[in-house]
Amino acid sequence: MKTKKKKMSLIQKRAVTGFLFITPWLIGFLWFYAKGFIQAVRFSLSNMTMKETGGYVLDFIGLDNYKYIFLQHASYNQTLVSSVGNMVIDVPLIIFFSLFIAILLNSKFKGRTLMRAILFLPIIMNSGAISASIELAQQAVSGGVAAVSTEAAVSGGVNIEYLLGMLTDLGFPVALTDYIVAAVGRIFDIVQASGVQIIIFIAALQSVPGSLYEVSKIEGATAYETFWKVTFPMVSPLIVTNVVYTIVDGFMNSEVVDMAYDMAFTSFNWSVSVTMSLVSSFVVCILLAVVTKLISSKVFYYN
Amino acid sequence: MKTAIAKGIHTIDAVQAKKFGRTVQAIVLGLIKLAILVGISYIILGPLISMLSSSFFTEDDLYNPVVVLFPAEGTLGNYIQTYTTMQYPRTLLTTVLYVASLTVIQVIVCSMAGYGFARFEFPLKKVLFGCVVLTIVLPTDTLMLPWYTEFRNFDIFGILHLITGSGVNLLTSPIPMYIMTLFACGLRSGLFIYIFNQFFRGLPKEIEEAAFVDGAGAFYTYFRIMLINAMPSVLTVSIFSMVWQYNDTFYARLFGISNRILMSMRISTVQENIANALEIQDSSVTQLYLYAGIIMMLVPVIVIYCLLQKRFVEGVERSGIVG
Repeated sequence: MKTKKKKMSLIQKRAVTGFLFITPWLIGFLWFYAKGFIQAVRFSLSNMTMKETGGYVLDFIGLDNYKYIFLQHASYNQTLVSSVGNMVIDVPLIIFFSLFIAILLNSKFKGRTLMRAILFLPIIMNSGAISASIELAQQAVSGGVAAVSTEAAVSGGVNIEYLLGMLTDLGFPVALTDYIVAAVGRIFDIVQASGVQIIIFIAALQSVPGSLYEVSKIEGATAYETFWKVTFPMVSPLIVTNVVYTIVDGFMNSEVVDMAYDMAFTSFNWSVSVTMSLVSSFVVCILLAVVTKLISSKVFYYN
Repeated sequence: MKTAIAKGIHTIDAVQAKKFGRTVQAIVLGLIKLAILVGISYIILGPLISMLSSSFFTEDDLYNPVVVLFPAEGTLGNYIQTYTTMQYPRTLLTTVLYVASLTVIQVIVCSMAGYGFARFEFPLKKVLFGCVVLTIVLPTDTLMLPWYTEFRNFDIFGILHLITGSGVNLLTSPIPMYIMTLFACGLRSGLFIYIFNQFFRGLPKEIEEAAFVDGAGAFYTYFRIMLINAMPSVLTVSIFSMVWQYNDTFYARLFGISNRILMSMRISTVQENIANALEIQDSSVTQLYLYAGIIMMLVPVIVIYCLLQKRFVEGVERSGIVG
């Protein structure tokens, strides 16, 4: 062994050291992710029963679980479609909102430190136990806004439905007004969900070389032009990152995941639960691939 | 002559008007900006403020239509009751120990992997890094059942099976979480590896080369030199990791970690427990206790956040999440 090591070239030695550094991760990946994924597929193709002693029994039943969730389960299709639909609505809103806020925070003004502290608060509160309880509190605060999204009710003395009717009469497409109303109703969710995205955009904005702004100033570009010709292209690669992050993050908090969880740990219908998660993950991965492909083709890479 | 003077006055007027226009524009823009910022702050802080005020409400305050934000009677009873039901000091202590130890493991393991990917060339590196990205993107819930069965009947290559005849049930203890974190599969480990990788790639190579020439081994260089230089990203990852672990309910529920250990599990049952103990049927009354509990749970996080806020923001900006 020792002689063999002496014969290794420097490059080989570096490679071995590099491998040592990633070994813990590699073991974990093979153990939990690779093995876990194969197991998940196996579970989904069989009928699974847990034994008291700790093991489990699998009866191979082919694609029956898949047939069950699509053709027989009462609400899986609906929940999946509505979860994906919500994501498609939320993603552009979150991206625009976080880019906008990042630009605001990147300029200098009084009380910027305070604003940053406030805006990063959602990151520490946007998960698990706290966010579930904060949702309750939001209902108490939002009242009017939340009501609009559900039934476009009269709230705070302003007849929203009348305004909406007026917009429709003026020739605004109904789909657009609906989208805006939905957006306003979701403002809490959007602000809560865009913490990390804001951070990523701020970092992106700060990495834009100042010389580009100088040039555009000398050439006489207006702020509007500078934004579209300099800032936007320079941060556009990060839009892809942010879209991916938003979709994944949104999916983890969506109803489909809860449904699969309940199916496993409340109804003890293990294999159906795995099938549900596999199908929804598959849908999300396709969504991710399509979206990344679409956006990447439009993205500008500086280097 | 007259026209010339008139023209002169006219140009002065024009200049002044232009100046005036600009100040008006600046003021209006400033006001719009202020309105937006105040609005957004309200959206973020609103629920917190309302929770804080409701946590002091008595039952009478709750149903008094005059009371909006400031309780008429006010009480600390909600806090006292929740404090004892949650066994706050003990739970806080165990939670902090749990979270802190996991964070340390996570920082070490993830930074090692990030460093390995950033600075060494080895076969299949691109494929393996693709796998890291895959672990970020793949929704964890797909694998929750395989993980559950893995730890329900835990075994290392069948060794335990040979000795005792069956695996060990590790559920309801925090051990599964430690094992997964140790092998860089903990809570969002993939994201942390990615952040470290980006940061190490941005550090100058000369530091390491100097250490190497002086005869330091790779691991010595890494622990004594690189990790110290990577302080901003270490800080960022630590804060993210700490806060997310503290809030986590997904893994805690999956592994059934006892709510005697974890604050996040305590808080999700506190409302029911109080309702049962005090025999209160009205859920909007028990909610007041929940609010008090949440405020108490948030206090440690907010204290840490306020202490590290400035360095955290700087760290995030410099740690090159961006790349």
